[in-house]
Amino acid sequence: MASNTLVQSRLPNFVKGELRWFIPDVAAMTMRNVLRYRRSPDLLVFATIQPVIFVLLFTFVFGGAIQTVTDNYIDYLLPGILVQTSLFGATNTGFGLAQDITSGLVDRYRSLPMARSAVIAGRILADTLRNLFVITLMIGVGYALGFRFHTGIGYAIGVVATLALFSHAFSWISAFIGISLNDAETVQVAGFVWLFPLTFMSSAFVPVATMPDWLQVVAQVNPVTVTVDALRAMSLGFGEIWGNLWQTFAWAVGIIVVFASLAITRYRRLT
Amino acid sequence: MVDNMTKHYGKLRALDGVSLEIRRGTVLALLGPNGAGKTTLVRILAGLIRPDSGFGSVAGFDVVRNRTGLRNAIGLAGQFAAVDQLLTGRENLELVGRLYHLGRKVSRERASALLQRFDLSEAADRMVKTFSGGMRRRLDLAASLIANPRVLFLDEPTTGLDPASRKDLWDMIRSLVEDGTTVLLTTQYMEEADQLADDIVVLDRGQVIAQGSAAELKARIGGQFLSVRLNDRGALNQAAEALSSYVDETPHVDEASVEISVAITNGGRRLAGIIRDFDEAGIEISEIGIRQPTLDEVFLSLTGQTAESAASPNGTGEGV
Repeated sequence: MASNTLVQSRLPNFVKGELRWFIPDVAAMTMRNVLRYRRSPDLLVFATIQPVIFVLLFTFVFGGAIQTVTDNYIDYLLPGILVQTSLFGATNTGFGLAQDITSGLVDRYRSLPMARSAVIAGRILADTLRNLFVITLMIGVGYALGFRFHTGIGYAIGVVATLALFSHAFSWISAFIGISLNDAETVQVAGFVWLFPLTFMSSAFVPVATMPDWLQVVAQVNPVTVTVDALRAMSLGFGEIWGNLWQTFAWAVGIIVVFASLAITRYRRLT
Repeated sequence: MVDNMTKHYGKLRALDGVSLEIRRGTVLALLGPNGAGKTTLVRILAGLIRPDSGFGSVAGFDVVRNRTGLRNAIGLAGQFAAVDQLLTGRENLELVGRLYHLGRKVSRERASALLQRFDLSEAADRMVKTFSGGMRRRLDLAASLIANPRVLFLDEPTTGLDPASRKDLWDMIRSLVEDGTTVLLTTQYMEEADQLADDIVVLDRGQVIAQGSAAELKARIGGQFLSVRLNDRGALNQAAEALSSYVDETPHVDEASVEISVAITNGGRRLAGIIRDFDEAGIEISEIGIRQPTLDEVFLSLTGQTAESAASPNGTGEGV
């Protein structure tokens, strides 16, 4: 009854404000978050150390035992590590948003006449930039350990761009988790645990064909698998590029549409 | 401005039919213990949450139907200084200015002016994490003022500050009001309400239990309080009796702190006589003074119970 007319009279105003101020507000919020990252370099260092440890462990501990299509395991491994790094990097979004909610900053933002979605979108854009930085570093580490792009610079750029899209999409899931739980410590744990099955039940570290049948079914549809396979095809120069890339895009767009609307709705209904 | 507002959190009635009005250009203090509903009311009026029922308008904007207009007209400074620790003072203010859509140039000018006004010019380009608690509150207040709001909400602006910083902040709030800003502040301190507010609304468990000017409220609860601390616990009853000719109520005797407190009128004039009487009776005074009633005493006389027992044990209405 009354609430229905409320929704109708409020919606146009809300949408108008969102459209008009979205870009400048996102720019302001992105700048804020990038400044924050630049002032806490420790965070960046540890964000890089973790995937470096993974690369070293996998290369030297499992590398000899895992049979892959490539001559050296690092060529096979690095695309998987890059996807895992982007995923783990995306968890920062939820953690940062939860922190802003707990500290009262979000109360201030919500009292301002800014676009509602800009608080989340600005955060995610900054996180995507940060992930790009870490990914570039990781490719450098990979080169030091013998990884090579067997294709060309165009494919290398394609790899980085795909990873940016992938981490951007998963940042929206993380944002939704962060806003829903809105407690930084809980988010740090909860925003992380589901990533382990997601990355390990995929082609990131071992060929899917070596898994039991039921797991192969799961691994084949896993967005991590299609993305890793697309990246591998682009860096090694053989394998299915477009089929996998198409699925990666479909996953990313689907995730962004669903979780952006969920996250923004949650944000607007914060108490 | 607020009419018959209610808000529930599950079974808890955070607001239970609250009505009040703030006159333009004045300060209204919401006084009450934790869990009284002060913060809930401020959050509704600032457009952060919706009431379950009732009507509210701020600066002519309906707090439910016209939040966009509302947000352009208000400033909010919360219980926890909501400033970014990793940005500098200046960056914090400029960011808020840009999010009010003042434009880069105006944001920059307003930020500089406010940093100066709030005595933060020297620290302006340091990261906020190096600021003291008082400086953070001042920066938070400055951030809420960057767009020259017509109505300012201050949720417990001085909670946790040392006395000197509290006085500084009071002075700054007073100068804002002189410039014509309407202020609604929440506080747990009678003294703060007394110092700053033109009108006081006392909230208890989501209901308005008293309202009026500080003078009116004090007249209702007996104005000043006399408190005496003795050296000898055994002399308490004798001292309470000696006071009876100066006061109307039965003095409250606290054995644990060896203290007697009681409402008193014309306390300043009567103090000399009391000290003389005590001296003649051989009662040693450790401390004696006339002071404002505490929130507890206000509550005691208004509700017959202390503020602490009034705050419901599951009182999650505040600060969540």
